[in-house]
Amino acid sequence: MIGLDELTRRFAAVDRIELTRWIENRWVLPDAEGGQWLFHEVDIARVELILEIRREFAVDDEAMALVLGLLDQLYSVRRQMRRLCEAIECQPPEVRDAIRQALPPVGGEEAGSE
Amino acid sequence: MAQTPYEVLGVKPDASAEEIRKAYRKLAKEFHPDLNPGKPAAEARFKAVTAANDILSDPEKRARYDRGEIDESGAERPRYSYRPHAEGAQGWKYQPQGEMDVGDLDDLFAMFGRSGGRGGRTGEGFKMPGPDRQFTLTVDFPLAATGGKQRLALSPGEWLDVTIPPGIEEAQVLRLKGKGGAGFGGGPPGDALIEVHIAPHPFFRREGDDIHVELPVSLAEAVLGARVPVPTATGPVTMTIPQGSDSGTRLRLRGKGIHKKRRGHETIGDQYVTLKVMIGASGDAELAEFVKGWAEKHPTDPRRAMGAGADPGAADKAAAS
Repeated sequence: MIGLDELTRRFAAVDRIELTRWIENRWVLPDAEGGQWLFHEVDIARVELILEIRREFAVDDEAMALVLGLLDQLYSVRRQMRRLCEAIECQPPEVRDAIRQALPPVGGEEAGSE
Repeated sequence: MAQTPYEVLGVKPDASAEEIRKAYRKLAKEFHPDLNPGKPAAEARFKAVTAANDILSDPEKRARYDRGEIDESGAERPRYSYRPHAEGAQGWKYQPQGEMDVGDLDDLFAMFGRSGGRGGRTGEGFKMPGPDRQFTLTVDFPLAATGGKQRLALSPGEWLDVTIPPGIEEAQVLRLKGKGGAGFGGGPPGDALIEVHIAPHPFFRREGDDIHVELPVSLAEAVLGARVPVPTATGPVTMTIPQGSDSGTRLRLRGKGIHKKRRGHETIGDQYVTLKVMIGASGDAELAEFVKGWAEKHPTDPRRAMGAGADPGAADKAAAS
């Protein structure tokens, strides 16, 4: 966990004003403790991600909101999938087999079932 | 945390190349080892200033430093890949708010007895059928042929009378709806899948819908004919042995094979009885004496079709020598 000063020293490409705007936009969600921002590993990684997206894809602030929104949805689905897989993993073998058998084939139903 | 190269040179992070160059020259002169002999602190400062300038005087290195890709010494920094963080426990912080309904999945987890994640939603109507359970059941030959009920232990203290259809095949699987594991969330129970094996029988043998049996008969029954009891899958019946029957004679008991109904269509097999004549009197002097006299009057060669020669005496001698 590091504070705002240490973060801006770490990433000279972003200053306090800009980071504060990111926090206000809810792009980065550090903990607030005793009037100080505290950035966890995930927040530091996210700052680096935002810098990288901005640099590599010349993404401006408005497009950044969209990109982050889509990424958050994607990771949300991946986290849920992982939870589901973990839940299935600790089932007895016959339950796992039943789930495997109940999985519809990839590609879905034939056309014309409408 | 070590000083940043900007701090070492005493310039702002947005300093121009010219400002950086001026700051470096000033500090380099001030701490140059030749001008400060015997002062290790000055030498250390000089090294730090040189290292900071190495990064900031090179636009590419400066940009990489600004992005956090290299550290103050110019060494590569470990990258903060976002994905492992996003997919880890900390990632929940960035759960989209109200943009996507993940409640359905949470309901699923609630069903598995796990915490439902955010919010207090409870499962609403997620149902899943229970798992199928597998069993094997061995039935004896007559039951497999005629059909009937056989008791199966599903678990200690839980019994099931399984209806075996007539003419069930070896390794056929019966599916008993609803006799598997309990369903989830009010879903229906699974099925019991019972693989049926037919125990081998000492004299019955099955070929399709027909049953074959080898029937021992005495010499007298074979020669004179007789009515004898024959076992069938449904119990013994009486069969007529025609006078003068031989070993290998095959007789048919019509309709005593397997009765099957398939999709309303009934098939009925037969039982085939193959006779096996048992002399059963080795060393019987009376029979030997009679046969000796009888054979002299009725010379026969049962092996003629095999082309093994017409002289039984010669064959006996050859075999004895």
